[in-house]
Amino acid sequence: MDRRRAEERLMVALMIGSAVVMLGTLCWILAVVLVKGLPAMRLSMLIRTPSGGFYLGREGGILNAIVGSLLVAGGATALAALVAVPVVVYINLYARPGSWIAVWTRFSFDVLWGVPSIVYGAFGFALMLRLGVRASLLGGILTVACLVLPIMCRAMDEVIRLVPGELADAAAALGATRLQTALGVVARQAMPGLVTAVLIAFGRGIGDAASVLFTAGFSDAVPTSLFRPAATLPLAIFFQLGTPFPEVQERAYASALILTAVILAVSAAARALAGRSARHIVR
Amino acid sequence: MAIAPHIRVENLDVRYGAVRALKGITADIPRKMISVIIGPSGCGKSTLLRTFNRLVETAGDARVSGRVLVDGADIFAPGTDVTAVRKRMGLLSQRPYPLPMSIFDNVAYGPRVHGVRDRRTLAAVVEGRLRQAGLWEEVRDRLHAPASRLSLGQQQRLCLARGLAVEPEIILGDEPTSALDPRSSQHIERIFMELKREYTIVLVTHILRQARRLADYVLFLYLGELVEHGPAREIFENPREEMTRDYIGGAIS
Repeated sequence: MDRRRAEERLMVALMIGSAVVMLGTLCWILAVVLVKGLPAMRLSMLIRTPSGGFYLGREGGILNAIVGSLLVAGGATALAALVAVPVVVYINLYARPGSWIAVWTRFSFDVLWGVPSIVYGAFGFALMLRLGVRASLLGGILTVACLVLPIMCRAMDEVIRLVPGELADAAAALGATRLQTALGVVARQAMPGLVTAVLIAFGRGIGDAASVLFTAGFSDAVPTSLFRPAATLPLAIFFQLGTPFPEVQERAYASALILTAVILAVSAAARALAGRSARHIVR
Repeated sequence: MAIAPHIRVENLDVRYGAVRALKGITADIPRKMISVIIGPSGCGKSTLLRTFNRLVETAGDARVSGRVLVDGADIFAPGTDVTAVRKRMGLLSQRPYPLPMSIFDNVAYGPRVHGVRDRRTLAAVVEGRLRQAGLWEEVRDRLHAPASRLSLGQQQRLCLARGLAVEPEIILGDEPTSALDPRSSQHIERIFMELKREYTIVLVTHILRQARRLADYVLFLYLGELVEHGPAREIFENPREEMTRDYIGGAIS
């Protein structure tokens, strides 16, 4: 009896400990970014592009990277969603359960999910060389879309699979077509999970440096066309941290703070939008 | 039977992979009566019901042979529009599954997928069908609340109203009261007694007393075979087959 109680206590202590480690890591990261980044935070960081000598400690901001990152990650997420939704709807609602196309598509998500982002970067770069496209916003969007596609597909697949089959049957029994069932009923039921999937993909896309290094390039100007190079926040942080000047390194933390804030703001906005549909969900 | 049957089943076989769930079923379902399919769990009752609106096909590995004729037309014939077949039948499942939308939108869903857009028409349909399902008085003030907030009994009546809204001729019920409390079950049973004046109703149940209360016509399935079928009185009072007698007497279950 005592042994079983001790076991129970030990395990509960471990679980709580793990939760504390998890939460502590988040708080620690936020604290470091805030403490180191806030002093260097200026309004000019948000609204100006780097002027000459920015990386030596002179005037300017990272507006180029903020806009570039939003465009690259936003474009890539939208593009990935255009592919992910049909894929997931097909393997869940159209393909026969256990059919080879469903099995192999799921297998491909898992493999692609584990491919490191630098490989996507190299793949995108090789492809662009062959097509004669230079580092550009478009190149970045396409490469990051490849990077986030398997992540989005997998997350969407999980939530769509959780929708009870009887719900789809109920719509079918009323004479709805499979497309009407998929979009009007199943997707609606899974909406909060689908939004989460999009957010996970966006977060991964906006935070990745290796995939955009060669494909989007870097520029001190805000991109004005799909065919111009685009700066991104992770690379801006990387370049600032890489300088020998402490004041520029501090700005790297301010940039990290901006990146974190952008992700939080996008998540909050998307959740608020999804929350309106969530009240109808059947539990 | 004097009138032509509403549904005629001929030599129906259903296989799930290697399992033969229904074996050569031939039967008639009379029009505007309550037909009840009885039998022990796993005997193929639900499968038989789900062939009537071809929902059996949503299980990927199901293979159907034989014919199911609704008003004389084989619904498994090549080129048949499945959505049109299903539009002719309302379905109540074991547990109510309201759609993830408001009460109003649940009832309006069927008409909407079939192209009804006019608001006044939809409002009239929603009210009429909710009245028919005995739910109107309880929900008239909160038509735009989520359907998931209703009690289970109310949800099942909502699902009935939703099915009626596509103007079916046939109502299929797959143990429609098994998840409900006794009062809600009674309520649903009363509604069925009302509805049989206008609709052909086919119910699956494993509750013999419910079958006795509701059935005009009975089909007894055992291990995928149709043992006996006929008017309820004959089956319950004077069954021809010994197995039917045993089942009704409670000797087998």
